[in-house]
This record gives sequence, C-alpha cells and structure tokens, in this order.
Amino acid sequence: MSDKVLMKGTDAIAEAAIRAGCRCYFGYPITPQNEIPEYMARRMPEVGGVFLQGESEIASINMVHGAVAAGVRTMTSSSSPGISLKQECLSFLATQELPAVIVNIMRGGPGLGNIAPNQGDYYQATRGGGHGDYRMPVIAPGSIQELYDLTMDAFDIADKFRSPVLILGDGMMGQMMEPIVIHEKPEVELPEKDYILDGARGRHGRVLKSLILNARGMEEQNWKLKRKYDLMRQELPRCEEYMTDDAKLVVVAYGTAARIAKGAVKRARAGGLQVGIFRPVTLWPFPDSALLEVAKKAKLFLVFEMSTGQMIDDVKLAVGNRIECEFYGRPGGVIPQPKEIERIIERLWLQKEL
Amino acid sequence: MEKIFSRPACMKPAPFHYCPGCGHSIIHRLIGELIDEMNLRENIVCVPPCGCAVLAYDYFDIDMVEAAHGRGCAVATGLKRANPSLMVFTYQGDGDISAIGTAETLHAANRGELITSIFVNNAVYGMTGGQMAPTTILGQKTTTSPAGRSARVEGYPLKITELIAQLDGAAYVARNSLATPAKVNATKKSIKKALEIQQQGIGFSLVEILSPCPTNWKVNALEAFKYLEDVMEKEFNPGVLKDITKSRKA
Repeated sequence: MSDKVLMKGTDAIAEAAIRAGCRCYFGYPITPQNEIPEYMARRMPEVGGVFLQGESEIASINMVHGAVAAGVRTMTSSSSPGISLKQECLSFLATQELPAVIVNIMRGGPGLGNIAPNQGDYYQATRGGGHGDYRMPVIAPGSIQELYDLTMDAFDIADKFRSPVLILGDGMMGQMMEPIVIHEKPEVELPEKDYILDGARGRHGRVLKSLILNARGMEEQNWKLKRKYDLMRQELPRCEEYMTDDAKLVVVAYGTAARIAKGAVKRARAGGLQVGIFRPVTLWPFPDSALLEVAKKAKLFLVFEMSTGQMIDDVKLAVGNRIECEFYGRPGGVIPQPKEIERIIERLWLQKEL
Repeated sequence: MEKIFSRPACMKPAPFHYCPGCGHSIIHRLIGELIDEMNLRENIVCVPPCGCAVLAYDYFDIDMVEAAHGRGCAVATGLKRANPSLMVFTYQGDGDISAIGTAETLHAANRGELITSIFVNNAVYGMTGGQMAPTTILGQKTTTSPAGRSARVEGYPLKITELIAQLDGAAYVARNSLATPAKVNATKKSIKKALEIQQQGIGFSLVEILSPCPTNWKVNALEAFKYLEDVMEKEFNPGVLKDITKSRKA
C-alpha cells in the first residue's frame, strides 16, 4: 500500500510509529509536539495498543521503561524542557540495554524558553543528557517524509542494538505539512527478544538491572556498551550531500537549518557560486568519514545552526585542521531566512577569495 | 529425618545481606511463601527499589526490572499496561515511595493501576546510612536530623498510605507491623489480599509494613521490635485503611 497524503510532521511521526509496530505510547503534553499524543490517543485504540498520558515526563519515560521490559515496541515524545526530565531514565534504558524511541521536537531555550523552532539541544542529545558513560543514536530528519521513514528505522535500530534511540526534530519539522508517501515498514531481520520479562515460565527469573556494586563488573559493563557503540559507529552514520562535488564552500547543517540553507545554496548557485550542503542525518554517530571526504575537496565550511554553535564541535572533531570552519547561528527560536544565509555565503566568498 | 521447614521454592539459596534484625528478610520470606502458595512464580514481575532491598533479585528466582529511585509505580504501570496478564508488584521503601516517588505512586494509585505496592516503612534511609525519611518520627535522631526531627524545620511524618486510601483508584490499602510473630502472620494475610485484589482486577493495592532498622535506629534487635510496637505503631496506626471488596459484598 502506498499513497501520497498531506501530513503534518508530528502526525507523520505518530503514524510511522504505529505502522512500525509501536503498541505503547506514554507522554505528557508540551508544545510544540502535542499533536503526537493527541494522534496516539485516537489511533492506539484502533490497533489494540496502549495510550496513556502520564502525570509527568518522568512518569511517562518510566512507563516506557516498564513496557519495553515487557517486550512491546514503545515510544514517548516531548519538547526540550520535557526531554530534560526524561534524561534520568534514558541512562537506565541505555545500560539495561532496552529499546525505546524518544522524540524531541526542540523549542527555544534555555529554561522555559518559547515554543519556536530551535536546535539548542544538540549537546544534550549527542553527549548524553543523563548520567554515566553511555551513547544513544540520534536521528535528525530533514523533511516530513524523512520524519516518517526514519521513525520506522528508529524502531529497528532500537531493537537491533537494544538501545534507546532519539529522534531530534524541532518546532518547524513538527508543525510543517508536506505531501508524503505512506508505506508499510520494510521487513528487517532483527534479533530475538530474549531479555523480556513475561513471567519466568519454565525458566529462571530474568533481571534487568543497572546496579553493579563491584567496580570491575561495572567497568566490564561499560566496555560491553562501548563495543556496541563502536558497532553503531560503523553501521549507523548517515548523511545527505547536495551539490558538494565541485563546491568550494560547503554549508554543514542539519534538520530545519539544512532546509533553510538549501534555499540559500540554490540562490547562490544561481549567482554562479560553487556552494553545496552537507547534512548529517545521524547526529550520533556523526558521519565523520563522509564529512572528511568533503573537507578534502572543499575550501571552506560554513556551519549553520539554529543555536550559538554546538554541532560545530563535531564538525571540527571530524575534519581537524584540514579545512577552515566558519559559523553562523541564530539561537532562541529565531527562524533565519534563506536570503540571510545567502548574504553570509556571499560575504565569506569574497572575504576568503574563493 | 523428615524436612518440615525450608526455603520457599521461588527463592534462591542465598544468605540475606541484610543486617541482623532487619525486617526485609522477614518480608522477603513472606512474599516468597505467597508466590509459592498462590502459584505465581511463572507469572509475576517485581520492580525492586533503590535502597537496601535493591538486591532483592539476588533472593527471588522471578523476573525483575530495577527502576530508578522512586519510579517503581510508573515502571510497574508500563509493564502491566503492556502485558495485562502479568502480576506486577513494586517493593519500595519510605524514601522511594513517599519522597522522590510520591507523584508516581499517588497517580498510579489514582488511576487504579492493577499493581501491588509493598511499602516497607522503617522511618530512615537505610542504605545511604540513616538519613531522615519522610516517615521519620518527630524527635527521632537521624544523620540529617541530628537534633531530632522537629515539625518546625522538617515537617511531620508523611502518611502516604492514608493519602492513597483517599483515592478512588485504590481498592485495598493496609498497614501492618512486624513487631510480633502474630503481626507477621497478619502482614502475610494483607499481602495475600493485596495480590488477590490485583488478580481479580479490582484496583490498586498497597500494603505498608512497619519494619525495624536496628542499625540506623542504633538499638539492638530486641529493642528495635519494642520501638516498632511502642513508637512506630503509635505514629502509624496498623489496620486496613481501605478495602472496597467489603462494601461490594455488603
């Protein structure tokens, strides 16, 4: 089955989750993502699933903890301040190696901030906002179709690696409408869930725990997770390149910022400037090697974020001294215009004599 | 020689790490006996607490998932909603259930989640070394109320069991004590009733158990049981606070 429909970002996430087999959703209302719990409240009963509005973000993510321990594909969603509250449990999910999908539709911050699109949670998402030495795949879709497709992928990645997976969108991605193709989830071979708690029928009790008082044992658990993260680093990095083949200046941006940059790059190309875009789709693991290849060909990177500059650290870690990196950002929920980025591109083009 | 007393079959042959005179060992055994008697071992999941009983999984051969401090009732909610055929119980201390996890506990009870909470109240934080708990008695000295708890500074002992009994979703709420062998037997009956309420799908059930902590009360085991009866039971009155099955029958 495949037909094209006009869909809002939040609805695309929710519908993709349902079609990916998500049968439990727990969440707490926060703008700009309330359409996800509202969609789930309508849709879950139709597929025999569970929708429950928790009394807090903390309760909701801990309900996720219970449901995934029972072996059910489960999702929660929130926006920036709510995601801060969920961080404690993400640490537990990571080390108990439980799969879950968490959606952050970022808004302006810090603090209560506002409800405008923003990319200020990059550090929190990619550096692990919870305690302890863990990592978590972070996926940043750049269109409504990608929100749909990558939400489906997120469930498979979570199950394959037994890990929480974060989808990092923003208010623009969540609220925007685009025509998308609705399709069923591609078949993926996944490991058997041999960890789930379903009553110790004909077997000994299973324990999902994270307390390891013996330091050597805790060290071993950390190395075990590290080996898994190394595997993720090999298998998961994804990116999209746009007109980078002959580009002297490459804009590095993700999510909504990349959408805005695309308009700017098209205008600059029309004006004869050789510019392109590198868009990381996975923010962790970061697509280092693909970016390094682009750095070898280009002369200047312009890192553009809707923040004061967070992803730029990962860009610099990936490329080292191989290429000069400039930064342009608009924090606080401001949505820059393509022509604004175009002016920055033109200025840099002249200044750096590209 | 005929064997007339042994470890419950659902329990592992591991010696308890609990201090001499601690109530956890008794409560563990009561739960173990009930899991055997009610034939629950292959259909029950426990959510242990953060605190001394976090190591409960070393003693029970049943499925368990460790929750973050205070989040037991939320994790149990997720488990039960995802798989309603399971029996689910949380095992929580006073700090877990009535300080850091107050919201999760009250709301799970109010929703009438079909889970059972075993709430062990010893009026101190045991594992962290005897700090003040929400249930610490007025005047009781702890490491963080060294002059004794005063109502003016630290407020009053929190009676979350009474609060829960007010909630429409709570079906069975009882408070028991381990002070004497007869009271231990009564505690077992309450836990059994709570589990039956869950089995019958009636509503949320909770059993608070007043339990001795000789180490942090800084008394010997015998004095601890006396303190339990003379002081704890006076502050926290044992009894069935709510049982909606009674009114149903009537």
